[in-house]
Amino acid sequence: MQTFFQQVINGLSLGSIYALLALGYTMVYGIIKLINFAHGDIYMLGAFWGYYVINVWHFNFIAALLSAMVICGLSGVIIEYFAYRPLRHSPRITALITAIGVSFFLENGMAYLFGSNARDFPQIVKQVNYNIGGVRISNIQIQILATACILMLLLQLIIRYTKMGRAMRAVSVDNDAAQLVGINPNLTISFTFALGSALAGAAGVMIGLYYNSIDPLMGMTPGIKAFVAAVVGGIGSVPGASLGGFLIGLLETLVQSVGLSAYKDAVVYVVLIVILLILPTGIFGKNVKEKV
Amino acid sequence: MMILKVSDLAVNYGAIKAVKGVSFEINEGEIVSLIGANGAGKTTILKTISGLLKPVEGTISYFGKDLKHKKASHIVAEGISHVPEGRHIFPGMSVKENLQLGAFLQKDRTQVKELFTEVYSQFPILRQREDQDAATLSGGEQQMLAIGRALMSKPKLLLLDEPSMGLAPIFINKIFEIIKAIKNRGTTVLLIEQNAKKALSIADRGYVLATGEIKMEGTGAQLLASPAVQKAYLGG
Ligand SMILES: Nc1ncnc2c1ncn2[C@@H]1O[C@H](COP(=O)(O)OP(=O)(O)O)[C@@H](O)[C@H]1O
Ligand SMILES: [Mg+2]
Repeated sequence: MQTFFQQVINGLSLGSIYALLALGYTMVYGIIKLINFAHGDIYMLGAFWGYYVINVWHFNFIAALLSAMVICGLSGVIIEYFAYRPLRHSPRITALITAIGVSFFLENGMAYLFGSNARDFPQIVKQVNYNIGGVRISNIQIQILATACILMLLLQLIIRYTKMGRAMRAVSVDNDAAQLVGINPNLTISFTFALGSALAGAAGVMIGLYYNSIDPLMGMTPGIKAFVAAVVGGIGSVPGASLGGFLIGLLETLVQSVGLSAYKDAVVYVVLIVILLILPTGIFGKNVKEKV
Repeated sequence: MMILKVSDLAVNYGAIKAVKGVSFEINEGEIVSLIGANGAGKTTILKTISGLLKPVEGTISYFGKDLKHKKASHIVAEGISHVPEGRHIFPGMSVKENLQLGAFLQKDRTQVKELFTEVYSQFPILRQREDQDAATLSGGEQQMLAIGRALMSKPKLLLLDEPSMGLAPIFINKIFEIIKAIKNRGTTVLLIEQNAKKALSIADRGYVLATGEIKMEGTGAQLLASPAVQKAYLGG
């Protein structure tokens, strides 16, 4: 039982990273129906940004996190503007292939500029372990969980109660009607990319802290897992992405803890297949017909 | 005073010519009705005025200013509000949020409050349903919400695309009462309808559209009395 709770703690920590990433997938999908395959690479950019500002400018955790969010938010906006916006009226497959291209560009560009080998992430937070009834939890885990929860709460507040949040929801459900009340869809889409990418940047800094190691390809697998998390939660659904992220994190940790480490990634893909077969719209997904 | 002047407007969907050189005008304070059968091009004209579609030819001038090259969001800011066919309220959002979105371009909070008071007094049912998901409203209530949402932008010109479509008869009468009330408060209305009899009976002037062209024009009463209109649109 102790091992079980231990794995739950570990799973929630990892899951909160996936949840932050999954939110970006789901929001972008919700508003332009694009699976942004470059999203995992934004998280990589966030981790590298954190690495540099901590090493070079001696930023503390909060400053590294916030600055990574700003930089990644901007990167997301720039990528959308140059890569996706010109394709707004093209078939979806064109945009999807472009997203894969952007992903390769970021991965190889970073490998070219900074080398492809892994590097140690500076440990600005000194690890302290607490023992609660035999279950070990580190201050870093608490920090990750707390930060992720605060960010998700803030995101909820923005989406629910701000003008831009309402605009995001309006454009997501009905682009034409949104324009008719005076919303500028392009601006709203930029805002969505900024929010989603900022969360990915935060996740990148936190994963650096948690796993200590970063490299230009680090975004690939978590990117795909977060995408699975978004599908499990119901793509387009914000609470669904959070829940899906935690579920995938838990699942992965539990699979590892029963000695099936080698299959931890495979299990996530099996989950994707099973979900697509039995619950194609995910946990919170609405069963809406494609609009023509 | 002329508020909107549409001249030789042509709009295509790819190879399909939906609107072929249409001209009409709207004077301040009028209800102008555009009637015509399904597929005549009514919705296309409205979407072009509000900036959702771009014309291939012709001009649209609003208080003498060109609208053709403006984005939809700017056209709303200029004072033209479009209630789309099929209502298009925002599902998954409360009635209140839908109305707040209607006031998206209003910067002044007290102004927004006043608009809420005004719309709620005109549509008391919306106040009662304030926190309800807009998608759960009945068709007639959704139409009121769509009109209320459009009024939240303080339009000078309101474009209505088949507001009575698919509604129960009591709601249909109510909607036409509402349109008259909107006019009496000083808002100019361009009303598109298939319910030609009702539309022409409240319209100051009307135009009859068929296959993308204007076939007839006149005052509401003239068109109602015209044998051709009676034969084609009023069932004999
Ligand atoms: N999105 C579209 N793509 C292609 N053709 C369209 C589209 N929308 C309307 N049309 C065509 O344009 C013509 C005018 O349509 P519309 O303006 O909707 O007519 P109305 O509102 O008078 O019923 C019709 O022949 C219709 O089939
Ligand atoms: Mg129509």
